[in-house]
Amino acid sequence: MSPRAQRIVGFVAFGALVVVVVVLPTLVSDFKAQQYAYVGIYLIALLGLNILTGYTGQISLGHGAFMAIGGYTTAILMVGNEQFGGPIAGGMRDVWTLPFAALVAGLVGLLFGLPALRLSGLYLALATFAIAVAFPSAVKRFAEFSGGGQGINLFGTEQLTGSSAQRVEILGFTLSYNDWLYALSWSVALPAFVVAWLIVRGRTGRALRAVRDSETAAVSSGVSLARYKTLAFGVSAAYAGLAGGLFAIANTFVNPDTFPIALSIFLLIGIVVGGLGGLSGLVFGAIFVYFLPLWAQGEDLGSILPDRVIEETTKPGGPAIVYGVVLILLMFLIPNGVSGLFRRVGAFLARRR
Amino acid sequence: MLGAFDTAYFAQQVVSGLASGGVYALLALALVIIHRSTGVINFAQGEMATFSAYICWALVTSHGWSYWPALVATLVLSFVGGVGIHRVVIRPVERGSVLRIVIVTIGLLIAINGFIIWQWSGEPQQLQSPFGTDIVTIGDVAVSEHDIGTIAVALGIVVLLWLFFQFTKVGLALRATAVNPEEARLVGVRVTWMLALGWGLAATLGAVAGVLTAPIVGLDPNMMVAVLIYAFAAAVLGGIDSPAGAVVGGLLLGLMLNMLTFFSQYRAFDWFSEELRLPIALLIILVVLLVRPSGLFGHAHVKRV
Repeated sequence: MSPRAQRIVGFVAFGALVVVVVVLPTLVSDFKAQQYAYVGIYLIALLGLNILTGYTGQISLGHGAFMAIGGYTTAILMVGNEQFGGPIAGGMRDVWTLPFAALVAGLVGLLFGLPALRLSGLYLALATFAIAVAFPSAVKRFAEFSGGGQGINLFGTEQLTGSSAQRVEILGFTLSYNDWLYALSWSVALPAFVVAWLIVRGRTGRALRAVRDSETAAVSSGVSLARYKTLAFGVSAAYAGLAGGLFAIANTFVNPDTFPIALSIFLLIGIVVGGLGGLSGLVFGAIFVYFLPLWAQGEDLGSILPDRVIEETTKPGGPAIVYGVVLILLMFLIPNGVSGLFRRVGAFLARRR
Repeated sequence: MLGAFDTAYFAQQVVSGLASGGVYALLALALVIIHRSTGVINFAQGEMATFSAYICWALVTSHGWSYWPALVATLVLSFVGGVGIHRVVIRPVERGSVLRIVIVTIGLLIAINGFIIWQWSGEPQQLQSPFGTDIVTIGDVAVSEHDIGTIAVALGIVVLLWLFFQFTKVGLALRATAVNPEEARLVGVRVTWMLALGWGLAATLGAVAGVLTAPIVGLDPNMMVAVLIYAFAAAVLGGIDSPAGAVVGGLLLGLMLNMLTFFSQYRAFDWFSEELRLPIALLIILVVLLVRPSGLFGHAHVKRV
């Protein structure tokens, strides 16, 4: 396909995504709307991680920690930490904390990106993993700032839009609380998608891919490794922070277990399933990461699969077996993720014409 | 609290540190062997080891075997299992991107962990130690037989592996495969089988680490999670491509962790608590890596362009 045709297909696909996102809440139950709100949140985190890992080739096993930084920023700005003896009074409305969540996480990401310049491959993976492991301990250690192991509750506070009431009145609309979460999550996720696309399509994106494919060649062509690697870290962490802030709002509390180490691993799974170095597939990566654990527990599948199968697979341990096996099979079947599958289908259709 | 330096307590901490370090070293060696052949960190290494320990336990408790035959059978089965995992799940994705293989090993981790719970429930079980858990006193230093045995086994295996890699034809072929698979194939090495053999060896090493860990922390589906993280850290500390580095890294890490425990009795270190062990160990390794980005024994990667 010519680049022009590719761009047209891209626009059409994005338009279709917008339509689906707008129409979906009218089709599914109220509870499902909340679940799809989480899908939007995961999508934001995956977009960021893919800029770092998929486009720039830097493996991060610690993106959950950047999400946690965003989540705690949001929570502390909303209700403050004076209740634990900290210095911040809080009082900010939930929505306005989100830019700060992105900013704080992004700055931490930039700072972390500097020492990370010396590391590559698995050494970087361990370094980022160390951050994810250390974060919960740090939270417990600095309890007067973060609320310690108890965490910070947002439920019912007046800074939370709608105060967790049944109905939320916003901009003249009256939404159910879950529909509001859905609207909030996706009205952040869709622009975030466009911004990610703007970042990876042009000069910057080419520089990032050059770094990924060969650092030596990139340097020889005048790409500054230090600049683009730290940039990728910063942007990627900012995305994670934004997602973390939204997660805190949707979850209505944060504590050290809100962002477990497994979250970082799930994000990595999400971008590989979605497709490294592609954006379109990440929507499916996000759906996969959020829903597969639920499907593996038999949710929504009771009417499709025979009772005997459901019974065996919902025994303790069963869902995990299903999850692991499905993950492995997916890696066999779609080696380049959903984005790769799209490219293959596209190439096939173009050839037939 | 304590004013004087307690030599006996210090020596005890050194011995038990070396013992847990020996276990980290074995698992780190397994990680290094797989990394050299397949180019990835095998995230399932810990769960494979746990599974092996469960097999040993099941043979003893449910099938009435006595311990030593059960152990031998476990090691053999683990080897076969490792080869099988490589043939069935790793080979199909071997040519893809590294992250794809990583995700497959994560899938294995989740599936094996699930299978253990599914088959044997998540209840903690008891697996006996191959050496007994009596305390022997040397001078005024009290150490457990299990710790001494663990150190001996770890060192013995390291020596055996070294002999195997240096002085046997298969060992040479394995090394050739790790260095350059294409050229190894050209000179007649059956590369695919060498890779499978690497996975088998790693699974066996893991099995040893598993049956040595279970008597201490209790046989439990998640017993190797922390050990795997330490082993990963040890392998990276030593230099991910260096078997010697993995051993030194493992022992150093085990010692370091116990030194943290030892010094936490002094006021200057009284902020230290057990839950900070892992983060602090990782942060120290981070600092080491910033000074030596390829680990203590690793080679800087020189690439031809």
